Amino acid sequence: MFGLKTECALRLDEEYHGLDDYQGRMARWCPGCGDNGILAATQRLCRDEQLPPEKTVFVSGIGCAARFPHYMKTYGFHGLHGRALPTAQGIKIRRPDLHVFVNMGDGDCCSIGTAHWIHMIRMNMNLVACLHDNNIYGLTKNQASPTTPAGMATATTPKGAYLKELNPLSATLGVTNVSFVAQVVEWVPELLFKVLQEAFHHRGFAFVRILQRCPHFMPDLFTSLLNDPKKILVLESEGISLSEATAKIYTNRRDHDVSDLATARALAEDEGQVPVGVLYRNPGVPCYEDLRRPARASSPALVRNVLESAFDGFAINPGA
Amino acid sequence: MNEVATPIHQAVRLDEQVVEIISDSGEGAQTAGQMFGTVSAKMGNGVWTVEIIPAEIEPPARSRAGASGIRIRIGTGPVTNAGDAADLVVAFNEQVLLGRETAGEFRKGAHILLDDKWRDHKDPGIAEAYAEAVDHLNTSGYRVHEIPLDAECKKHVDNPQRGKNMFVMGMLAYIYSRDVDLVSEGIEAKFKRKGDQAVSSNLTLMRAGFAWAREHLDLHYDVPSEGVSEAKVVMNGNTAAALGVIAAGMDVCAMYPITPATSASHYLSGIFDQVGGVVHQAEDEIAACAFALGASYAGKCAVTITSGPGMALKTELMGLSVMAEIPLVLLDVQRGGPSTGLPTKVEQGDLLAAIFGVPGDAPKVVMAPATIEDCFYAMITARKIAETFRTLVVVLSDANLATGQQAFRRPEFSEEWLAPPIDQSPVPEGHRPYQWDPETGLSRRHIPGQPKGLYTLTGLAHTREGTVAYEPGVNQEGCRHRSLKLAAFQKTLKTPRVYGSESGGRLLLLGWGSTRGAIEEAVDRARADGLDVSSLHLKFLQPMASGIKEILQRFDEVMTVEINYSDSLDDELIDADNRRFANLAWLLRARYLIDVDCWSNVHGQPIKPGAIEAMIRERLGKED
Repeated sequence: MFGLKTECALRLDEEYHGLDDYQGRMARWCPGCGDNGILAATQRLCRDEQLPPEKTVFVSGIGCAARFPHYMKTYGFHGLHGRALPTAQGIKIRRPDLHVFVNMGDGDCCSIGTAHWIHMIRMNMNLVACLHDNNIYGLTKNQASPTTPAGMATATTPKGAYLKELNPLSATLGVTNVSFVAQVVEWVPELLFKVLQEAFHHRGFAFVRILQRCPHFMPDLFTSLLNDPKKILVLESEGISLSEATAKIYTNRRDHDVSDLATARALAEDEGQVPVGVLYRNPGVPCYEDLRRPARASSPALVRNVLESAFDGFAINPGA
Repeated sequence: MNEVATPIHQAVRLDEQVVEIISDSGEGAQTAGQMFGTVSAKMGNGVWTVEIIPAEIEPPARSRAGASGIRIRIGTGPVTNAGDAADLVVAFNEQVLLGRETAGEFRKGAHILLDDKWRDHKDPGIAEAYAEAVDHLNTSGYRVHEIPLDAECKKHVDNPQRGKNMFVMGMLAYIYSRDVDLVSEGIEAKFKRKGDQAVSSNLTLMRAGFAWAREHLDLHYDVPSEGVSEAKVVMNGNTAAALGVIAAGMDVCAMYPITPATSASHYLSGIFDQVGGVVHQAEDEIAACAFALGASYAGKCAVTITSGPGMALKTELMGLSVMAEIPLVLLDVQRGGPSTGLPTKVEQGDLLAAIFGVPGDAPKVVMAPATIEDCFYAMITARKIAETFRTLVVVLSDANLATGQQAFRRPEFSEEWLAPPIDQSPVPEGHRPYQWDPETGLSRRHIPGQPKGLYTLTGLAHTREGTVAYEPGVNQEGCRHRSLKLAAFQKTLKTPRVYGSESGGRLLLLGWGSTRGAIEEAVDRARADGLDVSSLHLKFLQPMASGIKEILQRFDEVMTVEINYSDSLDDELIDADNRRFANLAWLLRARYLIDVDCWSNVHGQPIKPGAIEAMIRERLGKED
């Protein structure tokens, strides 16, 4: 059976988790919203990896994408705008047994939470972060985000966005300790799933930028990409290959060495095409939670000893 | 005792002394002063130290505003505050000395021990400034002793800049009959990390200072102690709070550097990992708070340590802690405000911000330690309250407690201090993540890893199931239950005891936090002179215990004493319609509908008992 682990097979009846075991509340995104596809792919990932729902936590900030945890049947933390990453760090630091996923919009990640994004890359904690990038603020109704293309009219830039759009891939690939960077489009489910799977299996901070359609506010944003699949460059690497049917549509492909940071950066900056797949992977970067792993587990006796020894250093003893 | 300890003069007995060591930054005045305090505490004396810290790390040398140093008050009996004016001052140059003198920090007739190396300085401007200062001090009635501090130290070390503090330590050890063996132990403990050479050189300097003072000064006192009858510890408030974090069984401390809170995290960073804890220095104050909340959500006990400006940045997450009922302890070591304010100086201006600062209705617990000992136990109590009531607890310490050293009874470890192990058992069938008890608002939280407990925590208004509220009435219900928790907690609080006359009288002073010692000392002095004044000190500011209104009603006049700004009716524009009160006075007036007055200032200094006493005398019509 697909994704079934051997130990689960022995207790198949009670242990096996089907797709419905990960399906939370009814999603309330707009019809045609790309988040629906990301949700489906993520639920499939959880099913295929047989993640224990009680050991899985989805963390988000604020925005359309941030409703994600409500639609998963796992633990979830729908916190504050921009603060999903440091919250996830806190969850993970002393709970390495938990599978942690972070879902952020472009406002969350690239605007209000930018400092956290940079430091998360440097800390390289073992979790998956998906940037649902629809290039617009949706929940607050149509304001320019840092990734809104220059010239695009929005509610706050009626004459067109003034600044050139921020490139989240280049930004991520430029930070010390970067260990996994991928990009994918949500309208190719097969590729979306494979990229998420690669991200999940990476030990370290896996950053996945997902180009996501917002039919309500940005109906034409990806029209040219959808109409001209050649503008999408599929990076084939271990774990990332297309089925025969999909390969017929996406003919612009190349083998990519995921350990080659210089090429990854060049691809990220190439404005002529949209690279999808794993751009960069370095499994050798240490994870912050490993660097900070305690030498021993706490116990009342240990606390007593440490306190007594500290008090000894400050002691005033009778008879002195 | 070794040979240097034999005095020439007979020691004069004193009940207490206030000593200051004043220097440029980096000359080790604080090290010497803390050692003097620790040795005195170990000898059984009452002790309080307060550091004098300039705003910059290395301000220009010989500048009045750059005065760096320490005040140490020692006494035969307990000492609860830094006292009034200094009796004896050691200064490394005359400019930093004048900085303190101008501020009125020295008693008339105080002894001033001043390094004389500036008298013959090659820069005539400096030599002149020195001579002028000495004249000024002499004519102002101080007893100036010019000390060849630099020259004497040069006999033993190449660079007296490093090391003359230990010469001073030796002088003070002679002057105040301190136990030289304890001083030597202190030096060994302090310098052993720098190697044997550093230890022996500093010991030599200390002994030289002792011998020099014995031969050249006719200052020789003893401040006898009542002896050490029980095991004690001596430390400052930030260290005590850090040890409290460990004693509370916490797992995670997330912080961002900010004065004057950071030294708590420094100390914790050195030992927290020995008990499996982690100090996480986040990229900013907001991240630190989010990190702590994430850890707590995942079942680990967490604290975030900051000061006023940092708490301001954490405000939104404080609201999330309350709204989503994630236990969190926030230690705010207050400094002068608003804005960047007085980073190294004391103030109590965060009280109303802590209670009301979060937008929306966000009931939380706010408590304040009044002593160094309180700083330790407050963390244990705060952790328990946070977990039991599933809420945010703000602990308001301040810059005075942060660096002040005081001895207190050595805590006896109890396993009850610790948090219980994280619950990973299945949640009972049908139990909801916010199953609010209709009477108390309390509910048992679900922790990731617990089967059958799946839910998504949200900062949005939510139902008992934790789902986003779409129906009217749900928000009212949530707010009501979170508020009821505070009422349930309030029912556990004991009425605080009046210091002075329980049955009432003419004047009641109300205080909170680090001012307790100074207020009670002032009350003692005034009562000894027959004045009808009492005081009441509040540990829990939100909620406040029952019975306080009844106490207030027993006094003719009630006023707060605070290190906070309040308007003065002496200002032409200020009247009853626009006068702004100090934080606690606002709070008491609002809750009890009693005309609570206030006496407060924001000089960035601990309030002195003498100043409070003078105010009491003025109020009660019995001025000196």
